[in-house]
Amino acid sequence: MSITVRVDIVSADHAVMGGEATFVVVPTTMGELGITPRHTQLLAELKAGEVRVTDAKGIVSLFFVSGGVVEVQPQAITILADSALREEDARALVMIEEEARLKALESRIEIGTRETDYFRLRGAVEAEERLKWIESIRGGAHHTSQ
Amino acid sequence: MAGTKEIRTQIKSVQNTRKITKAMEMVAASKMRKAQENMQATRPYLEKIRVVISNLSKAHPEYTHPFMVERPVKRVGLILVTTDRGLCGGLNVNLFRHVLRNMQSWSESNIEIDVCVIGSKGAAFVKRGAFNPVAEISGLGDRPRFVKVQGAVKTLLDSFEAGRIDEVWVARNEFVNSMSQKPNLVRVLPIAPETVSAQQHHWDYIYEPESKDVLDLLLKRFVAASVHQATVENVACEMSARRIAMKNATDNAGDLISALKLKYNKARQAAITQEIAEIVSGAAAVG
Repeated sequence: MSITVRVDIVSADHAVMGGEATFVVVPTTMGELGITPRHTQLLAELKAGEVRVTDAKGIVSLFFVSGGVVEVQPQAITILADSALREEDARALVMIEEEARLKALESRIEIGTRETDYFRLRGAVEAEERLKWIESIRGGAHHTSQ
Repeated sequence: MAGTKEIRTQIKSVQNTRKITKAMEMVAASKMRKAQENMQATRPYLEKIRVVISNLSKAHPEYTHPFMVERPVKRVGLILVTTDRGLCGGLNVNLFRHVLRNMQSWSESNIEIDVCVIGSKGAAFVKRGAFNPVAEISGLGDRPRFVKVQGAVKTLLDSFEAGRIDEVWVARNEFVNSMSQKPNLVRVLPIAPETVSAQQHHWDYIYEPESKDVLDLLLKRFVAASVHQATVENVACEMSARRIAMKNATDNAGDLISALKLKYNKARQAAITQEIAEIVSGAAAVG
């Protein structure tokens, strides 16, 4: 049996996944980062993008995270995402609604003039990334396992 | 018959009130369930981030973030989490009382207080007292969004970073169970580092991109997550407090109605008896 590492993905409003993995890819601000079990301690900032988790059977699960922090310990990887989306949930989403959501976010940026704008703007950027990601997995773009 | 009509209208009005409180009770009960689920769902994030931070305090970072440094306290920031609506029993009042006691001891030791209120009940409270509100948000709804809380907390975080305030506290109701809520006040900043035992070997994280940036992000998330959890928990408290308050109101209305009904029947019978007496005495006088 291959060596595994405990992976937890939690977003601000729910626990997204928890399980064992042999390989994890996370999108950090410095670029994609592949983590294998027994990696040294690491703290990295995440940007909006795709997380790929390979389990002991070689099955790859895909997640979208909109940013946050990843903590790596030799025995555990914790992904603290601001918001996260599972692949199967993404497939179930109604595309039109997603597009409308993005439009609504973008339109609000123009109106607002206050400090909260930063969060809105960031929200819109993340929503755009999210939409792109959903489109890509729906488009049947195949991801290799690593 | 004079009394009976008034009593009848009174009964009608109490019955209407009872219908409303009953409906509110049921609405609160169903919202309570959702709020509790929501509360459970937000918990893992806070727990995980807490684990990361406790790992962090065990590490020996070359850089100490200002959020983890204790300073002499001259000014504190207080985040007051309250409900937007009333009719939830003593929930807000109990919290205010609890907070006031602490505020008093702060002002006795010449510590100034900046208040950031969440919820319109708290805003009204701050307006009444002579406090210094720095931020105010309300209308978060039944599912407070993380991003909105982040925006509200930002002002206090900024002034903490700039050294204008030396501590940040959160006052909110703690959800014990659906029957009881406990007001409490906890310090979120500075984050108290855990005492490190000497025999632990030295290690530190690799930081990507920079230790300062990552720690900044992480600790800000932690504070926002704590406040978010507090608001979510407060919604659960609000709903259960409202359910209890409305249940009591419904029960009281029921008692009131039966008392009024008794009074009404007595008045009605007294009127009939009097009428009969009048007829009988009238007939006797004629005969």
